[in-house]
Amino acid sequence: MEFKTLLKSAAIVALSAGFASAQDDSILAVDGDVIKTRAAAPAFAENLDTVYSGWHFRSGETQSLQMDDFENPAFVFVDQGIDLFDKVEGSEGKACASCHEDVADFVGLRPTLPRVENGELVTMENLVNECRTERMGAEPWKYTGGQMTAVTALIGLQSRGMSINVAVDGDVAPFFEQGKDLYYQRVGQLDMACSNCHEDNYGVMIRADHLSQGQINGFPTYRLKNAKLNSAHARFKGCMSNIRATPFKVGGDEFKALELYLAARGNGLSVETPSVRN
Amino acid sequence: MRNIFTIAAVSVLSVTSAVAETAPSNVAFEDGYVMASLSGSAGDAAAGRKTFMNRKLGNCLACHTNDDMPEQQFHGEVGPPLTGVGDRWEEAELRGIVVNAKMMFEGTIMPAFYIDSGYERPLKKFDGKSILTAQQVEDVVAYLLTLKD
Repeated sequence: MEFKTLLKSAAIVALSAGFASAQDDSILAVDGDVIKTRAAAPAFAENLDTVYSGWHFRSGETQSLQMDDFENPAFVFVDQGIDLFDKVEGSEGKACASCHEDVADFVGLRPTLPRVENGELVTMENLVNECRTERMGAEPWKYTGGQMTAVTALIGLQSRGMSINVAVDGDVAPFFEQGKDLYYQRVGQLDMACSNCHEDNYGVMIRADHLSQGQINGFPTYRLKNAKLNSAHARFKGCMSNIRATPFKVGGDEFKALELYLAARGNGLSVETPSVRN
Repeated sequence: MRNIFTIAAVSVLSVTSAVAETAPSNVAFEDGYVMASLSGSAGDAAAGRKTFMNRKLGNCLACHTNDDMPEQQFHGEVGPPLTGVGDRWEEAELRGIVVNAKMMFEGTIMPAFYIDSGYERPLKKFDGKSILTAQQVEDVVAYLLTLKD
């Protein structure tokens, strides 16, 4: 309780310092560890000066849920992830934990994904399913399903507080360019691009929703709206349906490229997984 | 037999089009203005008010505030406030903006409410369709003209 009061006074001090921005100036700390929710924008994001985590665009109540792991509803699913990590499945009689004895060994993985391996763009979901099919002899999990988000949340959590540092050049470049094109491409009957809302209009209200920059440093994220963990691709699909566009396939080349581009736009922010949003 | 039906259908169609509704692809713009009614009839401001607030039709409050609708919570602020818009714009300008705002404001985020092509990857159920019908556009324009400061 005392700790919370401390956080509140920290937030008030930050406010009275009067940072000039449309976003709120509170500070995200989880159990005392400060999470970087704002950073200088990467050079390629030429229309942004500062990148902000979506946490800044949420109400004080929603923000505070993320400041204490006992209050963060995502941890119910992280606990399921721990069970799944230890669960033996498939023809080889193995669990994740058979090879990866300590899940903490995954520290540093989340900030670098997606990345290119052998000429292919690879997401955390791809890595998990590759282990399941190639090493465990088990069925792959549904790309945006509950088992997948539970385990990707658990693995992502190991890097919480580390700076996102996704590579954008070298063999990643063509995927990055594809993602960038998709970000600025207008689609759907409403004829809108990601950039129309999340670059041109972040910080303003679209009806009851405060438009964020669409950063994905906190994914998978627990949404109060559907009371579960949501993967980035599931969120992309929801956004496209909202603008009356036929979504690309979850786990497909387009969404993977978009994930790469969006992750890179958040280079410098901390991994926040598992975050809490509306 | 089938031919007879086709002929019948064609004559019904030509009768309907005689009412002079302008199809989305035939709307004539002059510097962003659309002079003539799309439906050939006058707009109904009361119906337009409903279309304006309906989230599946105009959904105008998603992006615009409107002091005439205090009963509706949460007005968006992406676009300019529409309070007093009837004082600031003429009918033909408002019609042009609702039909396709990009004709007046290049690169705007505002969707075109009366086009049925030219957008990419629409969901199947919206493919080849406009967001609003000709009469709904006229109704919304009539409603906007009632919004005076």
